[in-house]
Amino acid sequence: MAQHTIQMTVNGEPAVAAVPSQMTLMECLRERLGLTGTKCGCAAGECGACTVILDGEPVNSCMVLAVECEGASVRTVEGLSRSGKLDPLQAAMITAGGVQCGFCTPGVLMTARALLDRNPHPTDAEISEALVGNLCRCTGYLPILEAVRSAATAS
Amino acid sequence: MTNARPGLPEFDYIRPTGLDEACRYLKEHAGQARPFMGGTDTFVRLRDGVWHDTYLVDVKHLPGMRTIEFDAAQGLRLGAAASMNQVIDDPAIARHYPLLAEAARSVASFPLRTRATVVGNLCNASPAGDTTGACLVFDGLLEVHGTGGGRSIPLRQFFLGPGKTALASGEIVTALRLPPPPAGAFGHYLKLGRNALSDLAIVGVTALGYPDPSAGSGFRFRIALASVAPVPLLVEAAAEVLCREPINETTIRAAADAAMAACNPIDDVRGGAEYRRRMVRNLVRQAVTDVWQRLLA
Repeated sequence: MAQHTIQMTVNGEPAVAAVPSQMTLMECLRERLGLTGTKCGCAAGECGACTVILDGEPVNSCMVLAVECEGASVRTVEGLSRSGKLDPLQAAMITAGGVQCGFCTPGVLMTARALLDRNPHPTDAEISEALVGNLCRCTGYLPILEAVRSAATAS
Repeated sequence: MTNARPGLPEFDYIRPTGLDEACRYLKEHAGQARPFMGGTDTFVRLRDGVWHDTYLVDVKHLPGMRTIEFDAAQGLRLGAAASMNQVIDDPAIARHYPLLAEAARSVASFPLRTRATVVGNLCNASPAGDTTGACLVFDGLLEVHGTGGGRSIPLRQFFLGPGKTALASGEIVTALRLPPPPAGAFGHYLKLGRNALSDLAIVGVTALGYPDPSAGSGFRFRIALASVAPVPLLVEAAAEVLCREPINETTIRAAADAAMAACNPIDDVRGGAEYRRRMVRNLVRQAVTDVWQRLLA
């Protein structure tokens, strides 16, 4: 089966990977590029743990083939903090207690980052609707919603 | 032992540079090759072993596939690879076909809709497709390209069974066309899922109503049902009641009963057949009442 060599920009840095056709972006990030912050939950586009920002839009990276990402720009949870300083959303998640086991957190952060990038001051309903595809089995969601709300207010 | 993290089965990714090349490839590899756009259904079915294709042909980059165009005389041309989020954000769709945007917004989550497409939803021929009803009540027409050239397929003739469509080997849907909407139309999509947002439909009801002086009631309705038959259903019998007789609570009830009689649901993990039948009646009554109130407002 065919192998492809793909070039992407990942968190602002050039990245090259050799991938088989069927390798997903999620697998490529984790297994080829060592970026294990992106989690594999359901591998079916339902849980949101693998959410990354692809060319400015959030996607379930388990539902994208790596080979489709030739020339694309990808932002993962590893690229959220800048120069050792947490993204305001990350800081707000800590303050609000939006992290328990932490497995859903990278996906939640990337979905919420994409929301605030396109809508810096969302309503509570818009926050809930944006996060509907990010399942969390620990927090009961309220601390997560509070974190997004306070990050939006602070910005 | 169950593999907790199954990957996709092996296949070759094919990226043709033109439509003819894509169709020829699909025809030459009939039974082994499949076109895909967002992949949100394709990948799941491959992983679950429902499909066994060894070639996936990426057609979303072909010319015109992602374009959305509206013209007052011709209506809407929605490129087959336009994403659901593109549909939701498009100003012409928001203005002329808000029902389509409403239905698209009910699909899964924002990140999934970055990739998922309306035409992919149609081509999967799932009876549960959320956007199918809107495309049916707007009288959609599919532009299809094959090795022998192009043709059009009216959407109401497109669905042959669960997962089965009128597409022939080597054919690709390139666009969905919706004629200009009827003047003064209002639509509503009501979806019953296991939760309020994002879930697959247990029952979906799409209703479109518009004034028409030639109708006995002065109005015409089109009503489509999801998840209650082997194919998405347009229920003419229910629409007929609302066209013929003055619209009031009694005739809306009669239309809802007609819709319930027309559907043919199954028991599955999301709901029982009898439950679905009763929900069809309730949701048709509610959707038609909502549209009716907006028509009178």
